[in-house]
Amino acid sequence: MAAPFELSDASVVVVIGTGAGGGVLANELAQKGVSVVALEAGGRYLPEDYVNDEWEAFGRLSWLDPRTTSGDWRVAKDFSGLPAWIVKAVGGTTTHWAGASLRFQPHEWKAAQTYGNVQGANLLDWPIDAEEMDPWYDLAEKKLNVTRTNGNAGLPGNNNYKVFEAGAKALGYEQVHTGRMAINSADGDRQMCQQTGFCFQGCKWGAKWSAAYTDIPQGEATGNLEVRERAHVLRIEHGDDGLVNGVVYADADGNEHKQMARVVCVAGNSFESPRLLLNSATSMYPDGLANSSGQVGRNYMRHLTGSVYAVFDKPVKMWRGTTMAGIIQDESRHDPSRGFVGGYELETLSLGLPFMAAFLDPGAWGREFTSALDQYENMAGMWIVGEDMPQETNRVTLNHDVKDQYGMPVANVHYSDHPNDRAMRDHAFQQGAAVYDAVGATRTFPTPPYPSTHNLGTNRMSENARDGVVNKWGQTHDIKNLFISDGSQFTTGAAENPTLTIVALAIRQADHLAREMSAQSL
Amino acid sequence: MNIQSKPRAMTRRQLLKNSAAAGSAFVVGTGYLAGADAAWATETSTLQPRTMATLVQMARDIYPHDKVSDEYYVVAVKGYDTPEAAEEVEVGIAILDGAAQGKGFASYLDVGWERDRVDILRQVEQSPFFQKVRGGLVTGLYNQKAVWPIFGYEGESFSQGGYLDRGFDDITWL
Ligand SMILES: Cc1cc2nc3c(=O)[nH]c(=O)nc-3n(C[C@H](O)[C@H](O)[C@H](O)COP(=O)(O)OP(=O)(O)OC[C@H]3O[C@@H](n4cnc5c(N)ncnc54)[C@H](O)[C@@H]3O)c2cc1C
Ligand code: SF4
Repeated sequence: MAAPFELSDASVVVVIGTGAGGGVLANELAQKGVSVVALEAGGRYLPEDYVNDEWEAFGRLSWLDPRTTSGDWRVAKDFSGLPAWIVKAVGGTTTHWAGASLRFQPHEWKAAQTYGNVQGANLLDWPIDAEEMDPWYDLAEKKLNVTRTNGNAGLPGNNNYKVFEAGAKALGYEQVHTGRMAINSADGDRQMCQQTGFCFQGCKWGAKWSAAYTDIPQGEATGNLEVRERAHVLRIEHGDDGLVNGVVYADADGNEHKQMARVVCVAGNSFESPRLLLNSATSMYPDGLANSSGQVGRNYMRHLTGSVYAVFDKPVKMWRGTTMAGIIQDESRHDPSRGFVGGYELETLSLGLPFMAAFLDPGAWGREFTSALDQYENMAGMWIVGEDMPQETNRVTLNHDVKDQYGMPVANVHYSDHPNDRAMRDHAFQQGAAVYDAVGATRTFPTPPYPSTHNLGTNRMSENARDGVVNKWGQTHDIKNLFISDGSQFTTGAAENPTLTIVALAIRQADHLAREMSAQSL
Repeated sequence: MNIQSKPRAMTRRQLLKNSAAAGSAFVVGTGYLAGADAAWATETSTLQPRTMATLVQMARDIYPHDKVSDEYYVVAVKGYDTPEAAEEVEVGIAILDGAAQGKGFASYLDVGWERDRVDILRQVEQSPFFQKVRGGLVTGLYNQKAVWPIFGYEGESFSQGGYLDRGFDDITWL
């Protein structure tokens, strides 16, 4: 049920992007009676539209507008036009996500304080802490109906998990289970997981939480939320008072419109959000909106990542069942005796044959490579999610030499590993291989990071305006009615998959916004 | 570059005959174009038949799977058999043949051992032509649904109700 708002209606909150951050924020505001126009560049796809086919799903749902890359990360060489694997659709990347839903560990809110001075890293403490976030995490876990919280059972372990668990236990790991997943382990508001595999292609059963078929329709049902799909925001505009007053977007036919706004919330994921701020530069804000600190686009983080695949002498059939329901948490602690600060999670992961061919060892050919694929049926796999260091030089900038379909400069994404990242990845590769060796792997593969699925930090939260882009509410330090509502707010990345935290922050921001609006301070 | 408008059908026999006419001992992988029903796959509309045969061998040498028969490799490179793509392919294959000749072979197809062909491919590995063929194969070969069962991959599972009752946790050897 759309609630059509006029373009000239300057009382609405405009939310840009409808993923984990924007989709949740839009619904939460609508539930509180706030009028919201959500502008989403992508189209609307629901479970009946999803396909159990890796490349077909990729072609339909991914963000494929041009981007460029630089830096020493291997993605810049192997996938130079595709720095990230994220979604352009109503619901954003929650369509593709696997559902792993973890809270930060308390010390991870205070990385600078905990890790001390790490040369070359632009570490900073979040202006919020675990205690403050606990109630918002409670709400997020309820909303996502996360397993192993609120009395929900864990998911059953699939074949890939059983190999992973046996190896982990043989190695002496203790915190091993089928994860905290935003996937129903029993029928409820969503139905129970049918173990189809293909969580990354959109869950056709609707067992996994996705904003596309939960928060978005719930918000629309209130009559307070209008989602305009295929509405690609080109820039945010401001008045002489320096406050933002609306956004200019291109509709499906490429026609431009300006939607007026009382408040603008940016949630386009960590490349598009800073790109929008930079592309909105004016004579009043020559370096882009909210960029007096010069931090817009900087400190790009993507989690350490990397995978370990292993071949056994007997079948595993890892693709059967939930894609990522399995975790080893023992290495997520901060323990500098391992040669690095911060920690990492190991999580089960499987790719289908088509994606395995593309990602196992990009660019490789010949028998070393194909003899691995020959054993596809006997493979098990896991993914490494570790805290990477924020670095000022890892950043999103505008590439004025390359324009998108609307003539706007595209994002260039520059990333190079910090020595801490390399040390941690090497450790994780070793431990991952040891897990599989412990149950008789005949061969293991330390697989390099894929195009980024976790994109963070490019509009970071800071206590002081000089250190970052937004304050503890996601409100930009420079412009009081401009907010950031996605993963780009992250001050540091922690070892955990980010979405539960993005959702918790969005619920908290909605609460704050509604309060400030009714107090007329916005 | 001559572009022929009439489709040319090529059978295994013709291929061998052509090669013989070219005065070379034509070495093909076992089961090359096995069976008459594979003839459809060997029709070339633009490429020289021998170019196509070399391209197929090249594809197999890049991603060698002994369990995968030639017809799948033919399908994987079929897209190059167009007027737009043909010139680059003819040139690329001519360079490959030149590299083989530099090593004392009559042509790429005349190189008997895979390791010698791989040595030749390593020489051209950085060329845009090689990279294009290799990159294209990643989807051209591995995204063929007909190839998946050979690797044990089961593909789509929603229509069968997922694996909840079909062995998502049926591993027994642990
Ligand atoms: C394969 C995969 C698996 C994942 N698994 C997990 C997991 O298990 N656990 C976890 O925590 N995280 C996971 N993630 C990451 C998770 O999906 C993201 O962290 C999360 O969705 C990010 O939320 P967001 O709001 O920042 O951006 P998104 O969800 O990406 O939403 C951004 C939206 O903004 C839109 N947009 C961008 N620019 C514009 C514009 N100019 N105008 C209009 N709209 C615009 C985009 O089209 C998009 O819909 C996974 C990601 C992938 C790709
Ligand atoms: S495995 Fe479960 S959560 Fe994943 S797509 Fe299938 S039903 Fe959905």
